[in-house]
Amino acid sequence: MIDMSLPWWGWLLMGVGLVGFAAMLVVSVRRNQGIKRSLFASPYTLWMIIFTVLPVILIAYYAFTDANGAFTLDNFRNFWDSNYESNKVILDAMGEAGAAYISRGTVNVDTLVYSLWMAFKCTAICLLLGYPAALFMADRNMKLGSTLVVLFIIPMWMNFLLRTIAWMSLLEDSGLINALLKALGFEGVQLMYNSGAVLLGMVYNFLPFMVFPIYTVLNKMDFRLSEAAADLGCNSWQTLYKVVMPLSIPGVISGITMVFMPSVTTFFIPRMLGGGNTMMFGDLIEAKFLVEGNWNVGSALSLIMMLLILISLSILRKADPNGEGGGIA
Amino acid sequence: MKKMLSVLLLLVLLLPASALADEVVNVFNWEDYIDESVLEQFSEETGIKVNYMNFTTVEDMIVQVEANPGAFDVCFPSDYIIERMIKKDMLAEINFENVPNANQTIPYLLNPAYDPENKYSVPYLWGTVGILYNTTMVDEPVTSWSIMWDTKYANNVFMLDSIRDSMGVTLKSLGYSMNTQDIPSIMAAKQKLIEQKQSGVVKAYQVDETKDKMVAGEAALALVWSGDAQYAIDLNPDLAYAVPEEGTNVWVDGMVIPKDAKNKENAEKLINFLCRPDIAQKNCEYVRYASPNAGAIDLMGEEYTSNPVQNAPEELLSKCEFFNDIEPAFLSVYEAMWMEVKNTK
Amino acid sequence: MIKFLKRFYLGVVLVFLYVPIGVLIVQSFNAGKSRAKWEGFSLRWYAELVQDTRIMNALYVTLSIALLAMIFATILGTLAAIGIYSMKKRPQALMMTLTNLPNTMPDIVTGISLMLLFLFTKVERGYLTMLLAHITFDVPYVILSVLPKLKQMNKHTYEAALDLGATPTYALTHVLIPECKQGIITGAMLAFTLSLDDFTISYFTTSPLVQNLSTLIYSAARKGIQPSLNALSALMFISLLVLLLIVNRRTAENN
Repeated sequence: MIDMSLPWWGWLLMGVGLVGFAAMLVVSVRRNQGIKRSLFASPYTLWMIIFTVLPVILIAYYAFTDANGAFTLDNFRNFWDSNYESNKVILDAMGEAGAAYISRGTVNVDTLVYSLWMAFKCTAICLLLGYPAALFMADRNMKLGSTLVVLFIIPMWMNFLLRTIAWMSLLEDSGLINALLKALGFEGVQLMYNSGAVLLGMVYNFLPFMVFPIYTVLNKMDFRLSEAAADLGCNSWQTLYKVVMPLSIPGVISGITMVFMPSVTTFFIPRMLGGGNTMMFGDLIEAKFLVEGNWNVGSALSLIMMLLILISLSILRKADPNGEGGGIA
Repeated sequence: MKKMLSVLLLLVLLLPASALADEVVNVFNWEDYIDESVLEQFSEETGIKVNYMNFTTVEDMIVQVEANPGAFDVCFPSDYIIERMIKKDMLAEINFENVPNANQTIPYLLNPAYDPENKYSVPYLWGTVGILYNTTMVDEPVTSWSIMWDTKYANNVFMLDSIRDSMGVTLKSLGYSMNTQDIPSIMAAKQKLIEQKQSGVVKAYQVDETKDKMVAGEAALALVWSGDAQYAIDLNPDLAYAVPEEGTNVWVDGMVIPKDAKNKENAEKLINFLCRPDIAQKNCEYVRYASPNAGAIDLMGEEYTSNPVQNAPEELLSKCEFFNDIEPAFLSVYEAMWMEVKNTK
Repeated sequence: MIKFLKRFYLGVVLVFLYVPIGVLIVQSFNAGKSRAKWEGFSLRWYAELVQDTRIMNALYVTLSIALLAMIFATILGTLAAIGIYSMKKRPQALMMTLTNLPNTMPDIVTGISLMLLFLFTKVERGYLTMLLAHITFDVPYVILSVLPKLKQMNKHTYEAALDLGATPTYALTHVLIPECKQGIITGAMLAFTLSLDDFTISYFTTSPLVQNLSTLIYSAARKGIQPSLNALSALMFISLLVLLLIVNRRTAENN
């Protein structure tokens, strides 16, 4: 374990931070009288610096140091070659003869590619399923709109671990779906222990995150626009395609963000529904920290992951023609 | 809405004042690894309040103990973890004058390699790793690890998602030691596990879920710990447990006191209490692993001694091995190899 | 016909969302402990639930943290959204990057980084640290819910209010806030939901002494889920469903 003692300047920094935080809160409330509304964001800014930026810096620190705190790039070599450490041990133990037993390990890279691909599929399915749902919910003829929103939220109030376990009871070979199939005289099918089941679990868990932002934007949209489009001779498909969809893009982008992020780093679901047959990047990071206790490599993997997500996000931002992505980096 | 919120807020602020008992003992154990009525009985008899906390993996337990010094008075790590904790100087020596019941420990478990002088730990429960199988799907006798590689059982085998256990039995099946540090042996084991996955025998790598799934008939064969096997057999009489002739891993979970424990004497009282034969019996009958307690074994009598799942026969034990703690640097070889197995498509 | 198809589609999606929950509720009435075998109807697990102090404590921790985190995050987030909205382009882009930073971090990394922070500053992990962590991951979601609303708002409404003699405070409370009320409510609900559901971040930012339902369930999963946890979920589910539907009916009627 690292030495956790805090030097005096650390305490000073914390003190200054806290006083500053309080001061900014007071100022931002006071400034309410004036016009500088942008100051409203200052408590939040400070909060983020303490609880997000600082911790990220700590992670970066671990990623670039070894167990003794000395600078190293080995953790990143470990990402490229998952056998990096063990190859060194093998060569140490066996000398020349060890050469026959060493090879580059592709575990980390493979897992990352697989996770990105799964996250992409999950996001696409959520969009295809969720967009129509949000559209129909926002329909002005749909009187139950707000009740439906609530109905979409409630499932998320059941613990996600328990919900995933419930899916397991459904999909197992001896589970409810197969029992039903057999009762109807069909052959049983294996629904679980594969990546399809993992995808199902992911879509199930993340679908509401796609529906809400799109619904919020659509619901707020000026419905007279689509009426005007209709008056001007658009049929309902054209209205949807030319008027409603472009206007809903900020919501769509928000939705994609909210689904893609958690799905890349899904863990637990692959273990429960996929039978642990294929790992995702979240499982890998978890294993590095909790099973192997290797915080340095774990941190390096986390940094790489963050970088990749940032890149995908900036591509996403390019796809938003109006540049008002409803909150995209 | 506002009213509702304020009512909720009020509920939140009415913190449940946790009773501050004078004497406490903070216990850190595996989940569902004790008959909890025993803890109540302990509090009634001694007036010491038990704060009972759980961990999921021993690796996690070590992290927690290191990160929260003084938070725990009694922990229940496995053998090789005890070895590691002793090496890291994390444990306090137990004052055995306060733990007279420790003399109930059966001879087989005395002076183990992980704690050669019995200074730091008292065995709590023990068991083996073996094969749980469904007799309606497997009609041949289960005598060798090789059955776990038989393509007859394609897509019908559960492996343990645990490095040391899965690598260990594979090494054993190849005739090597479970604690080997010989690179070619480990490579051979890796290759064998990859073959097993590629031939489609393995249905899943899992830990917690296996026993319930075996009860439901989800697979023919599974690598399990003996207590899980007994649990499953109790619920489904079609199941049986076998330890292959090649031998297997035998393990012990011990009771230890962390060095910075705040209530060491209470911890010793609790350990002594848990070693009392009637209490050890209760726990053994609840958790279904093997008891290290001679008095408890006498109390349970025939029902226990004639059950080979719990009470492993001597000749079998002679072929079994304890895990040694492999030093972190070398462990990376095991870890890398296991990751390659898991990554095989 | 089209209307029917729309309803049918929504119905199918909702069934998809609710099937596992139905399974969970049914399981909570199973007399046996095994998930796999139906051993008859029983209220046994409900009786055990009430007596289980560990589960009740975890429930308390979960609910109180979700509620407190929601309140703090909504205030902090709404203020921040208004602030960000009023910023010039450059600082706005910077703030959005900052806001999206936690989203670009896997939960597990957020959790671990916060754990490192608390260890580094020697803050003992427990209830407070868990609360701080929850607020931290809730706020960006509030902002992401409120900001689109502000952007959709007619920019001149606020100025018009000022021109008509409203003080900035009045314009804030009577124009800006009502305009994005829907977003604030969505954000608050999201925050509550996320906090209720979070496992990973809680796991790293608390000690085993303070457990919420998720961390309790996670450690329970090792030796088989206690069906009383299913019973608890069923109870929570039904009470929330009833509560929300009533509130919703009320607001619908008021409108």
